[in-house]
Amino acid sequence: MENKEKVDKKEKKEKIPRQAMPEQDPKKRVRNFDEVPIGYTAELAITEAKRCVQCKKPGCISGCPVDVKIPEFIELIAEGDFIGAARKLKETNSLPAVCGRVCPQEDQCEKVCILAKKGESVAIGRLERFAADYERKSGNILIPEMAPPTGKKIAVVGAGPAGLTIAGDLVKMGHDVTVFEALHKSGGVLIYGIPEFRLPKAIVDAEVDYMKKLGVKIITNAVIGRLKTVDDLFAEGFSAVFLGVGAGAPVFMKIPGENLNGIYSANEYLTRSNLMKAYLFPEYDTPIAMGRNVAVIGGGNVAMDSVRTALRLGADNGYIIYRRTETEMPARIEEVHHAKEEGVQFKLLHNPVEYIGDDNGWVKQVKCIRMELGEPDDSGRRRPLPIKGSEFTIDVDTVVVAVGTEANPVIPKTTPGLETNKWGYIVTKGDSGETSREGVYAGGDIVTGSATVILAMGAGRQAAQAIDAYVRTKS
Amino acid sequence: MFKILEKTFLQEIIVSMVIEAPEIARKRKAGQFIVLMIDEKGERIPLTIVDSDSEKGTLTIIFQIVGKTTAQLAQMGKGDFIRNVLGPLGHPTEIKNFGTVVCVGGGVGIGVAYPIAAALKKAGNKVISIIGARTKDILILEEEMKKVSDRLLPATDDGSYGYHGFVSTVLQNLIDSGEKIDIIYAIGPVPMMRVLAGMTKPYGIKTVVSLNPIMVDATGMCGACRVSVGGKTRFGCVDGPEFDGHEVDFNLLMSRLKMYSGQETKAMEKYRCECHGK
Repeated sequence: MENKEKVDKKEKKEKIPRQAMPEQDPKKRVRNFDEVPIGYTAELAITEAKRCVQCKKPGCISGCPVDVKIPEFIELIAEGDFIGAARKLKETNSLPAVCGRVCPQEDQCEKVCILAKKGESVAIGRLERFAADYERKSGNILIPEMAPPTGKKIAVVGAGPAGLTIAGDLVKMGHDVTVFEALHKSGGVLIYGIPEFRLPKAIVDAEVDYMKKLGVKIITNAVIGRLKTVDDLFAEGFSAVFLGVGAGAPVFMKIPGENLNGIYSANEYLTRSNLMKAYLFPEYDTPIAMGRNVAVIGGGNVAMDSVRTALRLGADNGYIIYRRTETEMPARIEEVHHAKEEGVQFKLLHNPVEYIGDDNGWVKQVKCIRMELGEPDDSGRRRPLPIKGSEFTIDVDTVVVAVGTEANPVIPKTTPGLETNKWGYIVTKGDSGETSREGVYAGGDIVTGSATVILAMGAGRQAAQAIDAYVRTKS
Repeated sequence: MFKILEKTFLQEIIVSMVIEAPEIARKRKAGQFIVLMIDEKGERIPLTIVDSDSEKGTLTIIFQIVGKTTAQLAQMGKGDFIRNVLGPLGHPTEIKNFGTVVCVGGGVGIGVAYPIAAALKKAGNKVISIIGARTKDILILEEEMKKVSDRLLPATDDGSYGYHGFVSTVLQNLIDSGEKIDIIYAIGPVPMMRVLAGMTKPYGIKTVVSLNPIMVDATGMCGACRVSVGGKTRFGCVDGPEFDGHEVDFNLLMSRLKMYSGQETKAMEKYRCECHGK
């Protein structure tokens, strides 16, 4: 009898379809920088939340790098307690409005949702976003209970996802936390990398403000390694240092003509547009090339962000040039879908081999070669191989190279005894973030290489536990 | 926020400014630079630190009005605040006793050459400085350079002061006179550095140039400042600002410095209109 009821409940739930999130029309949005998805209404959120079957052993939580209590927050939404849902989220995730937008949920929590086995998973990310936005707009932001002060000073280097997460966790544990950020604004990749139309900067600012309200001190314009070294920080009385400096150095392909004018790294292109607001030039002082024919090299999320930025800056043609096929593209399906809707032209199985400039040193063409897929390589993906004699040119006036990033060497070079691997990433022991230097911990892209916001946050969370334990043992 | 403590027009378009920035002042070494951003809507521009006082916690910068940002900065004065100042950036100059050093400064580049000459002098070198400008009125830091040099050789293009001609000719004459030169620092407009580097190469005299490419973050993150040195792409901000002048591709540098010339003109025109509007 009881079992039958359960089955009925489940079947009934499955009949509600996954609720779509309203979005700006592609034709309209491609000419503005406003956020693409508009977000659930309260009604849509409740309908979607009711799809959750509240599994006894929820798989979704294990799919989340920061163990968000997913069924609990969703149940609160279903009951209409949106503020309660937001607070439940914040128990384990300090940046829910960000994660609701930029996490690859389809590869994490939603992938293991029980409903995904028979149909479509609960839209966990959209619900997370809804609850976090609701709380922020209400202004009803709760400062959680803080542990009594420990008197321990902890330095966090880098105010990106890893740094902000660990700072929030450590301050709640009662430590005195100072974050050192090299740029003039906090947020790291959330502020310089991810565009406004995917993650409004007002949201990042609100999350940073929340950290400050918790008591985290943030010092901007502070390049650790130059202004102060890690050893200087210890000398100033910090008991532990967390390095969350990201994988900030751009990778170029070292092909002829790559230094012509009009050719950017994705880091530069996005930093100009997002951090420096070059899309508002001349109201803002930083310029950016407003190309008509823009080619973006690469197939990741950063490439999609770049090409969609180019369209919004007025490009007639925005190309993605990628050496493999769509199947191997590392970008999220949603991002590729949005890019296609906006008219991005995909040149798949193409690879640039040379850039040709005009008399003024400005790029005018990219010479590409066609590729085919061979045997799988170390990454398990089929290796792209050039087809001899298949070169041809595409007319372009702006190129964005989005083929990845690597470790910035400033901190390892100025921190004696800090072990790095052959790619320059910091070596850590296990999940604690412990490095070869006592009291120095690291996490995020500077350990793993370019990954996701949520993985960096997860690393920050785990290192917070380790640092807390470490400083408490030291008198 | 960083307070401006002093501002002086060295001449019509060259300004000297003292800024309060104690932490940077404590760490700064000769050859390093800062990036500043005037206000929230500002751009980030690199400027060499000409001098610093770690006790007073101050930095001195010298800049020439070349565009909107430098024009706006020149309008600011004592008591005003610059929103963001980042530094000290770049590798410091390698300071040791080389023997005889020639420091060549052209135009506002004299401001960059000055701290290098001072540090090299302090390290026991014989310092010969050549400073040049278009005309006498715009020749800066002559007194300061004199103090840190064993010999000072000024030059003006129009002959209004010192040698009548370019700094390159003065250097050529010095080489021809049989002076044994161990290293040359050449800092100034790109064409000047290109000429000097080309001139010293046949003699095999090491010639260091300090480059000032366009930068954004200036911490190695964006690659806006890429320069070609010995056929390899290097970043001006973290690999520089000093490079071997014999290896630098000056044509590429000049071309890249002009990347935004259209937009820079537009920004300057808009700024002038707004200023007149007030």
